[in-house]
Formats: sequence, structure tokens, C-alpha cells
Amino acid sequence: MSPMLTVSASPHVHTGRTVSTCMWHVIIALLPALACSIYFFGVGALIVTVTALLGCMATEYVVNRWMFGNPDATLANGSAILTGLLLAFNLPSNLPVWIVLIGCVVAIGIGKMAFGGLGCNIWNPALVGRVFLLISFPVQMTSWPVPLENAWNYTDATTGATTLGMLKLGEIQATDVNLANQAIGYMGGSLGEVAAIALLIGFIYLLCVKVITWHIPVAVLGTVALFTLCLGDNVAVELLSGGLILGACFMATDYVTSPMSHRGMIVFGVLIGVITIVIRKWGAYPEGVSFAILLANSVVPLIDRYIKPRRFGERSKK
Amino acid sequence: MLHTFRKGGVHPPESKLTASGKIIPVELPREVVITFAQHIGAPAKCELKKGDHVNRGDLIAAAGGFVSANVHASISGTVTKVDKYKTAFGLPVDTVTITATDEDHQHDMEAIASIKPLRSDEEIAALDSKALVSIIDAAGIVGLGGATFPTKVKLSPPPGSKAEVLIINAVECEPYLTNDHALMLEHSDEIIAGVQLLMKAAGVDRAIIGIEANKGNAIDLLTSKASSDSRIEVMGLKVKYPQGGEKQLIDATIGKEVPSGALPIATGAIVQNVATAYAVYEAVKFGKPLIDRVVTVTGASVAKPGNYLAAIGMNIKELIDVAGGVPADTGKIILGGPMMGKSVVQIDAPTVKGTSGILMLPEKDSVRRKVEPCIRCASCVSACPMGLEPYLISTLSRLGRWEEVEEAKVMNCIECGCCSFICPSTRPILDFIRLGKTTVGGIIRARQQK
Repeated sequence: MSPMLTVSASPHVHTGRTVSTCMWHVIIALLPALACSIYFFGVGALIVTVTALLGCMATEYVVNRWMFGNPDATLANGSAILTGLLLAFNLPSNLPVWIVLIGCVVAIGIGKMAFGGLGCNIWNPALVGRVFLLISFPVQMTSWPVPLENAWNYTDATTGATTLGMLKLGEIQATDVNLANQAIGYMGGSLGEVAAIALLIGFIYLLCVKVITWHIPVAVLGTVALFTLCLGDNVAVELLSGGLILGACFMATDYVTSPMSHRGMIVFGVLIGVITIVIRKWGAYPEGVSFAILLANSVVPLIDRYIKPRRFGERSKK
Repeated sequence: MLHTFRKGGVHPPESKLTASGKIIPVELPREVVITFAQHIGAPAKCELKKGDHVNRGDLIAAAGGFVSANVHASISGTVTKVDKYKTAFGLPVDTVTITATDEDHQHDMEAIASIKPLRSDEEIAALDSKALVSIIDAAGIVGLGGATFPTKVKLSPPPGSKAEVLIINAVECEPYLTNDHALMLEHSDEIIAGVQLLMKAAGVDRAIIGIEANKGNAIDLLTSKASSDSRIEVMGLKVKYPQGGEKQLIDATIGKEVPSGALPIATGAIVQNVATAYAVYEAVKFGKPLIDRVVTVTGASVAKPGNYLAAIGMNIKELIDVAGGVPADTGKIILGGPMMGKSVVQIDAPTVKGTSGILMLPEKDSVRRKVEPCIRCASCVSACPMGLEPYLISTLSRLGRWEEVEEAKVMNCIECGCCSFICPSTRPILDFIRLGKTTVGGIIRARQQK
């Protein structure tokens, strides 16, 4: 007797990569930066991160299980964990737990699930959460704990300004900035955005495991560098300040909210770079990466509609 | 640096279990079932009746048009049945069954043992392009890479186009398959001679043999054999799927893209499979039509995986039995490779000219994983060698928005499967693209007829 055979269309093999593999790779890539954050900001960074993780996972589960009525709801694909981690990275390490939790509900509930869940959202959920908090709680969201002074302080941490904030107010000049400190993360800022080198290590890891391509980060950072150069400002300070590296490598590259073609990714990256500098230079806020990414997210459907990959065999004439 | 095609592509696990295996000749079967649509194009026409006696190599069905190919008897014997027979894919087709007596079998065995050249080297040298094409035509040779396009059609370019280079496809980019590799290692002289014949037939004075770098010994061997003929270049290629696709191979070897909607000849290239070159040599030298071929029978649990030289028309199950039978854990049997091969409904069916491999996948590798939502990761767009947007075409097809499917260039799809292979959400991308391609193809034909 011949065995029962499965009949299906080709291809009959698969990479074995799953949605959760991709998510976990990104989470792993964020760990060096997380370690730096805990080193610089102490127990506060840990409390905010854990709260954000639990808050996002709980929101996702509750919405999925009871509002979507999905009895098999799981958190196994890791996307809620990633959103939670990225949200935490965008918050100051002395933010009270209840504000973090509001951020989680907004990020997952409104930023993601309201659109239909994984893969359907237009804006980066973590940034939706962050910007909501920034507008709703401007004081708490812009008081930055001083690094290395607050190992065991949480909401009572001593605070200071960010490099960009001081530059904006003219308290310091670009030439006063210690670039080495900026690179390792010894500066004020959201808990995950400070450690430039650790973030770049994570970025290189993502490139090596082929979870993301170089197009968006390079386009963002390249545009910022070029634009800053044209304005006659200090390129290194702009690149190493604020959330630029975190935004370019981890937030803008979010699969769901970025374009599908390499050409589109470049356009998207350039757009983020330009808006970032415009806000930093002429806007009311010292920092503009989150707004830039959210605005660029909004035009992704247009980018995908009008910027197509180069078709094989349709080379433009020589 | 090794050449390769520039756009997209993936690198599936190679799984070439039989890479070091020699070609194992399989004893001629006592019964073969011959079908008449073993090639792309019109089926061949058979006039045999029950009770007729044929000899191995006799023409039993003549080409049914320009794009068609002759079919020959692969064993001597008597026609015992002229009827419909179910293929491996479950569709009944016209066939003849040839059954050999002991006497017939003995006769064939002796003929194989004492095979003599039909033409001397001088006679072969005297053949011109036209004569060669007609020998190839008569021998029923088709592309042996899997698409089975009649070889003589490719060698007769349409008016207004001119062939400049012959590209020999020895890429074998499908995982598991090693039949071409084995052929190159054992019949390198014949292959080079076949390439020279094809060059003459096509009227070109340049040939490139493209071989992927995972077959280093074949690259070295053919390079040394081709060293006496400066017109032939052996080119090592970076391992990347679907390099064996005609358009991708042209891009990889001569850096030209076949324009959308045009034939490959628009780039001046004619692509032929390496096994086809060998078949051409056999046809010209020995007058042997295409009646057998190397089939890779393989799979992780197969007892004796190998490259088997088998008569075309041999029962698939019998051939699998030679390799140790169907393993108990088998969940899927595929004719061809795992990327583009077709899974069979049943194995009591004949092999055909295009049967390059028989792959038996264990149960656990036979079923697809659960489909998850598209996370817009863009892997399918990056992987598509044709520069299409698989996610988009697939979704539009699912929604039945055929005009947009056509605008998205669905007809350029070569169905290589890179998109479905790479999708982390295991979405049935190619399945819906095929639906779109079939439907849009029908719409385009209806429009042209108006």
C-alpha cells in the first residue's frame, strides 16, 4: 500500500524563519543598549522597562482575548514584548509607573490593536505611546535623570537636561560637547537612546542575521549628516545626540510601518532625516526624531503606491 | 569574485545528498508507459495499435507541430495497451504501454552493450547547422532542466533575432538534485563535444558553461576539458537560487536582462541545459534518441539515494524501489526539486523526459506551518528576482482585483517560489500569485482575440 501523500503547490521547503524569530532577533539586538541603560540610570531604568513590558503584554492579551474574542490569543510572537521594550527605551528612567502604564495602553491599544493588530497599524506603536505621553505629561517626560548618579533612586532621581536641550537653549556650544561621552551614553536622555555604540552593535547584529536591510538607517543618518553639514553645524554632535540612532536603527526600521521596496526605504529615510533636523533646528522641541518617524509613517502607503522596485527587464535606456 | 544575478534570490539549504554519487544504470524495465505530451507544446501524434512490435529507439509518436517533439520507444517490445493512464499528478492522458518479452529484453541488453558510433568524427565535422538541427529534432530532444521546451525551437530563432552566445545551464540551483552534477563528472568529454555541436547548430562562436560554486570538482574538470577550445568559457557562479532560471542565468553570465515580455534571444543568448548538450552528443554520435535520462532519487530517509540512469517511461514506483523503496515516514513525493517541483498524487505512473528528480520528504517536512498575518517585512520584495511585489500581487489576487494584478506585472512572475520560501508568516504568497497569473493570462488572451 502506498502511503497517504500530502499534495501541495511548490515551494516545498521554507527558511524556517518565523515572525517570532524576527521579533526575538530585534529584542536581542536591543539588549546591549538595555545593559548600558541600567548601568547609567540604575534601578529606575529597570523598573520602567519591566513595567512597560508587562503593561504592553497585558494590553495585547486583553484586547486579543476579549475584545477580538480570540481564544488562542498568545504573546508568543514577541511583538508585544518588542513594543514594550521600545516604548521603555523612549521614556525617562524616572517616569512613574502609572504614566508608563498609560503609555502601554495607548501604544498597544490605540497604536496597534485599534487598527486590527499585528501588521495592520499605520504608526509605530511605541512612538504613538511616547508622543501621547510627551504631549500629556510634558514635565515628567522631559525631566532627565543624570546618568551614574541615580543607581538606587527612581522617581526621586536628580535630573538634568539633554545635550540637545542645552544646545537649544544656548547653555552650551556644540564645541563643548564631549563626543566620547555621547558615544558611550554618558548623557541625559530617554533610557534607551543614550548608548550610541551599544545601539550600533545591535544594528550590526540585525544586519548580520538579515532581519533588516541597511537602507533606512543609512538614509536617515546620511541625510542628517549631510543636512547638518550644509547648515554648518557639528555633524558628530547631531548624530550622537537625542534618539537619532535608536530611531534610525530600531524605530524607523519597524517592518509594519516602513516601506516595502528598497527605493521606498531610501525616500522614507531621507524624509525622516530632513524632518528631524527641521524640528531640531527651527521647531519648539529640542528633539524631533519621534515626530519625524510618525510623520514619515503616515506617507508610507503613498510611498508604496508610487515608488516601485526596479522590475527585472525594465532597465531605463542607456 | 564569482558572478551571479543581480536582483533578489534566496539560498535554501542545499541538501545535495547524492553529490558524490556515480550514475547508476538501472536495468531496463520489462514494461514502460509512454506519454505524448512530455514537452511544452502540442502533444506528439501516435499511430500505434495494440499488438504492434517496436524496437528500442523507434519513433512511436511524431511531433504534433513546430513547438512539439518526437517520442521514441525506450524498450523493445509489443504494444499491449493503447489507453488513458493516470499521470503522477492524477490526470488521465493518452499513453501506450510497451511490454518486453525475455527475447526483447535480451536484444536490448545486447544492443546497449555493443553500441557503436553512427557517425565518425569526420562525418560529424561535415554536418552543417541545418543538418544538426534536424538530427536534434528527429531525436526528440527537449530541455532537460525541467521545463522540457523543444530544443530545436530554441535553436531556430525567430526572424530578426540573432544568436551570439550559447549559455549552458549547469547551475542545478534546486536543492537535492545532483543529476547534472553527476553527468558532468562522468561525461565531461561528451558534454564539451555536445556544447560544440550546439554552438554549430545555433551558429554562434562563443559558449559559456555556468556552474554554481558548490560543484567545484565539475568546474575544474570542465575547465580543463574545455581548455583546448578557446570559444568555450566555464564560469563559476555564486550559489544562489533561482540562478538556473533562464533570465537569471543570462543576467549572471553576460550581464544582460531579458526585456520584460521578450524572448531570451533578445539578448543574443540561447540557453540550453547541460544534460541537453549530452543528449545532443548522443543523438549525433550514436543516433540515439532521447529515451533515457539521469534521475536523482533522493530524500533524507531514502535507503539508497542516487543518480539513476533510467529508461523514460519507467514506472516511478519501480524506480523508487531500486533506490530502496518509499521510506515509511514519507509524507510527500515531489517530481523535480523542492523549490519548483510538483508533488505527486500517486506513484504508479511513468517517468517523462522532464523527470529530473524524485524527492521523498518526511511527513514532518510535508505540511506547511500555520499562516500568520503579513508583518510587511518586505522579505518577499527583496527576494523576488523579477523585481515584483509578491505581497501586493498575492493580496490583490485574493481580492479578485484583476486589473491591478495585471498592472503589478503578474505575468513577469517566473514562479520560482522565493517569496513563499522566505515569508516569516508562511503566507501562501505564490499560490495566490499563480491564481492571478492564470486569471490575468486568460483575460489577456480574451482581449487579444477581440
